[in-house]
Amino acid sequence: MFFSYDTPDHRNLLDQTRQGVIGRPLDRPDGPLKVAGVATYSAEYQRPECAEGVLVCATIAQGRVTCIDTDAALAMPGVLGVFSDKAMLRRPAQGGADKAPVQDVACVEYFGQPVALVVATTFEQATHAAKVLRVEYEPGGEVPHDPEAATSEPAQDPEVLGDLDAAMASAAHSVDLAITTEGHASAALEPHVSIAEWRDDALTIWGSYQMVGHNVKELADALRIAPDRVRIRSAYVGGGFGSKLGISHDALAAAIAARALGRPVRVVLTRQQVFDTIMRRSETRQRLRLAADTGGRLIGLGHEAWVSNLPDENFAEPVTQATAFLYGGDNRHLAVNVARISRLTAGSVRAPGEAVGMQVLEAGMDELAEKIGLDPIVLRKRNLPATLPGKGIPYSSRMLSEALDTGARRFGWDKRKPRPRMQRDGEWWIGMGVASAARVNMMQPAAALVRLEADGMVRVETDQTDIGTGSYAILGQIAGEMLGTPIERIDVALGDSALPMGAGSGGSFGATSTGSAVFRACEAIRDELAHRLGVPTDALELKDGIASGGGKSAPITQLLKGETLERTGRIKPGKTEQDYSQASYGAFFCEVAVNAFTGETRIRRMLGVFGFGRVLNEKTARSQCLGGMVWGIGAALTEELAFDLRDGRLVNHDLAEYHVPVHADIPDLDVVLLDERDAPASPLQAKGVGELGICGAAGAVANAIYNACGVRPRSFPITLDKLLAELPDPLEGET
Amino acid sequence: MFRAPPARFVVNGAEFDYAGDPRRTLLDFLRYDLALCGTKKGCDHGQCGACTVIVDGKRVNSCLTLAVMQDGCEITTIEGIGTPHHLSALQRAFIKHDGFQCGYCTPGQICSATALLQELRNGWPSIGEPDDDLRERMSGNLCRCGAYSNIIMAIREVIEEPAA
Repeated sequence: MFFSYDTPDHRNLLDQTRQGVIGRPLDRPDGPLKVAGVATYSAEYQRPECAEGVLVCATIAQGRVTCIDTDAALAMPGVLGVFSDKAMLRRPAQGGADKAPVQDVACVEYFGQPVALVVATTFEQATHAAKVLRVEYEPGGEVPHDPEAATSEPAQDPEVLGDLDAAMASAAHSVDLAITTEGHASAALEPHVSIAEWRDDALTIWGSYQMVGHNVKELADALRIAPDRVRIRSAYVGGGFGSKLGISHDALAAAIAARALGRPVRVVLTRQQVFDTIMRRSETRQRLRLAADTGGRLIGLGHEAWVSNLPDENFAEPVTQATAFLYGGDNRHLAVNVARISRLTAGSVRAPGEAVGMQVLEAGMDELAEKIGLDPIVLRKRNLPATLPGKGIPYSSRMLSEALDTGARRFGWDKRKPRPRMQRDGEWWIGMGVASAARVNMMQPAAALVRLEADGMVRVETDQTDIGTGSYAILGQIAGEMLGTPIERIDVALGDSALPMGAGSGGSFGATSTGSAVFRACEAIRDELAHRLGVPTDALELKDGIASGGGKSAPITQLLKGETLERTGRIKPGKTEQDYSQASYGAFFCEVAVNAFTGETRIRRMLGVFGFGRVLNEKTARSQCLGGMVWGIGAALTEELAFDLRDGRLVNHDLAEYHVPVHADIPDLDVVLLDERDAPASPLQAKGVGELGICGAAGAVANAIYNACGVRPRSFPITLDKLLAELPDPLEGET
Repeated sequence: MFRAPPARFVVNGAEFDYAGDPRRTLLDFLRYDLALCGTKKGCDHGQCGACTVIVDGKRVNSCLTLAVMQDGCEITTIEGIGTPHHLSALQRAFIKHDGFQCGYCTPGQICSATALLQELRNGWPSIGEPDDDLRERMSGNLCRCGAYSNIIMAIREVIEEPAA
C-alpha cells in the first residue's frame, strides 16, 4: 500500500518544473492568522457546556495512593467530579509508540506524577478544588533518584570495532575526556492540552500533538476502543520539540471525565505540570576518547554515554548517534548505558542524541586539534570518512567541508587568535570557536491527498502537523510547483487525524516524508493531465494554470472538464535507507566574550552554515536553523534541569527557574543555506532541517569560551561558577 | 459564595461589566468570557509574556492581574491591534521577517513591541546601544522556537520607518 523509496530519484523533477515557487522565501500562509491572534490553538475551541479539569499530582516520590478523600472537594461550588480511573496515564507515550503508555495512576513512580483529575464548571473552581483534594499515600519503592547511585544496564548494541585501547596507547596524540550535560526540557510555550468530547461512542480530542495519526492509536489503545472511534485535531500547535510526540496525561484524563460527565471536558496542564510530568532529556555523563596519528588522522574513536530513564522505559538518549557516521577511525567503541531511576520520564527533546552528543564530540575535536597543533577546521576535514565506518556504505550527500570553508570565510576565522587569552576588550576575554553540525536524516511512512478542483484550485490534505516548522508553507509550495499553480490558489489542510496519515512532526522527518507523499500525489495528477493533453508525462509542463508540451497547450481547467481530480500519494523508507548513510550537515562559528571578573559568557556573533539537500522554503528553513542555534546557546550556557537527589523532584519546574534563552541572550544570528541535492534522501532531494541547528552548536560556544579565557568546560551548561574557579587573575592582560 | 465588586472597563473599544468570580485573571476573562483567545496562556505566572496585553498604554502580563481590578481601564489585546485583513505595520513586519514559528508567543511579542514603540516615543530611558536596548526591553517575552533575531529585525524595521 505504501511505495517504499528503494532507488534514488535522480530526475530532480523539482528543478525542471516551471512554476518557480519551490525553495522561494515565501511568507507563511498561516502568518496573518498567527500575528492577528486568530489561529485557533487546541485549548481555544469553544465547545458547548465544556467543563474544566485540573490534574492533581503526587507529593511523594514512590508508593501507592491509598485513599483520595473527595468529600471536601466535591462539596465546593461548581465541582462536578473527581477522577482517578485506572486508565489514566502514569507516563506519557514516547514518539511513535502506537500503543498505550504505562497507565494506572494509583501507583506512583516519580515525584509529581498525576494521580487524579478534578473537574468543575470553571477553571477557578477546579483549580481551588484540586488544591483542597486530600490524597493519602503509602510510600514505598526502591528505585534510586540519583543516576550515579544506580547501576547502569549494559549498553544494547554497542558499536565495537578493532581495539580502541591499543589505538589510544599507540596514538601520537590523544584526548580522553569526561564531560557531563544536564537534563533539558522542551518547554514549548503552549502547555499540553486536550478538550475531549464524546458523541455516539466516538471521541474527538482537540489536542496539541505532533503526530496525530500515531496519537490516535495510543489513545484508542489506552481507552480500549477501536482507533476509528477516535479523532484528534491539532490544526495549530504551539511548539512541540518532542514533548508532544506521544499522548500525554491530559488526553486520557479529559476523555475519561468527559465520558463520565456526558459533556466536553478541557484539561490544560499548568506550566509546572508540563515540566514535572511530560518528558525530560536525560542528563548525560560522557567519556570521549580520540586517538590520532602524527598526521592528525583518527585511528581510534570512543564515545560512551551514561543516561537515565524510568524502569522499563525503552527510550535511551541516543548520544552517539552522529558519532557513528561523522568522523573516521578504525578502532571504535560507541555505547549508551542506561541507569534506571525515579524521575519523570526521559524521552525525545529536540534533536535527541546529537543535541548533547555532538557538543561533547566537537569540544573533544577542538582539544585534539590544539594538541596536534592543527587548525580545528583542518582536523575535521582531514577525518571525514570515504564510507560509513564499519559498514562501508556511501554517504548520500555531505556538505560538511563546504560548510566549514564557507563559514570560515564569512565569519573571518583567519582573525581567530591561535591561543587563549590573546584578545581582551575591557573586562571581557574575546574568543572564537567552531564546530561541525550533523544530524541523522530519516524518512517515515507518509500519505497525503492532493485535490485539483475543477476551477483549478489545489487542496492538500494530510494529518501532518505544523508545529512552527512551516508545513503549511512547504507542502503548498511542493504542490504549486508540481501542478503549475500560483501559491494563492493553494489551500493546505493539516493536523486532523481524519485526513490521510502524514509522517507527523518529529525527528526532522516531517517536511521530506510528507512532502514526498504530496510530490507523489502530484505526480499521479501530472500523469493524468499529460494523458488528457495527449503528451508523454515527461514532456508535460505546468505553469500558471496552463498545461503544455509536445506542441500542445491547454488551460488545466479545460483538461479537468468540470471534474475534480484527486490522488493520494504515499511513501515509506526503502532500500535507500540501508544503501546510504544519510544525514544533514553544517558548521557553527561563534564569537563569545567571557567576563574576566564574573565568568559571565555573552554570545557576540554566531553563524551557522547548513547543507540539508534541497531547500523547500528559504525563509522557514532559515528560521528552523536560527531556532536550533538558540537552543544550542541555551544548552551551552543556561539550560539545566535540577533534581532533588532525595526524592527526584524537579526543583526548577517553571520558566523563571529553568532558563531558556531570552531576547537579551541572542544577538543577530547569521545563517547560510548551501545549495545541495540529495536524491537518496527523498524524491524531493531534500533532507531534514528542524533539528540540525542545535547539533553541535553548544560545542562551538564551548570552544569559543576556551579560545577566549583558556578554560576547557567539562560540564554543560557552562554557567559562571564553572568558569570562575579556573579563570586567571582578571587584571592580567587588561587593556 | 464569592461576590465581586462590579468592574467596568473597555476591551478593544467595547465596554464590559465584570462582576463574576474575583479569582478570575484578566487573561482568563479575555479567553473564557470574551473568547478573545489571541492572548495566550503560557505559564500563568508572569514568566513567559505570552499573555501580554496593553492596559492604559502600558504592557501588562494579563495572568498577573485580576479581571475585577480593571475598573476604569482601557485594554488593548492583539485582536485590537489588527485583523488578518487589516494588519498593523508591526504585524506585517513579523510576517515579512518570519518573526514567529509556532505562533504561540507571537501575540504577546507584538503587544509588547507595540507598547515598546510608544515607550521609545515617550523617551523612556535606554540601557545602551539601540539593539541591546530593544533586546532588553523585549526580554519579558520568551520565544521557545528561537525567532528572536527575526523579531528584532521586524521591530527595527518599524522603528526605522518614517512616521506615517
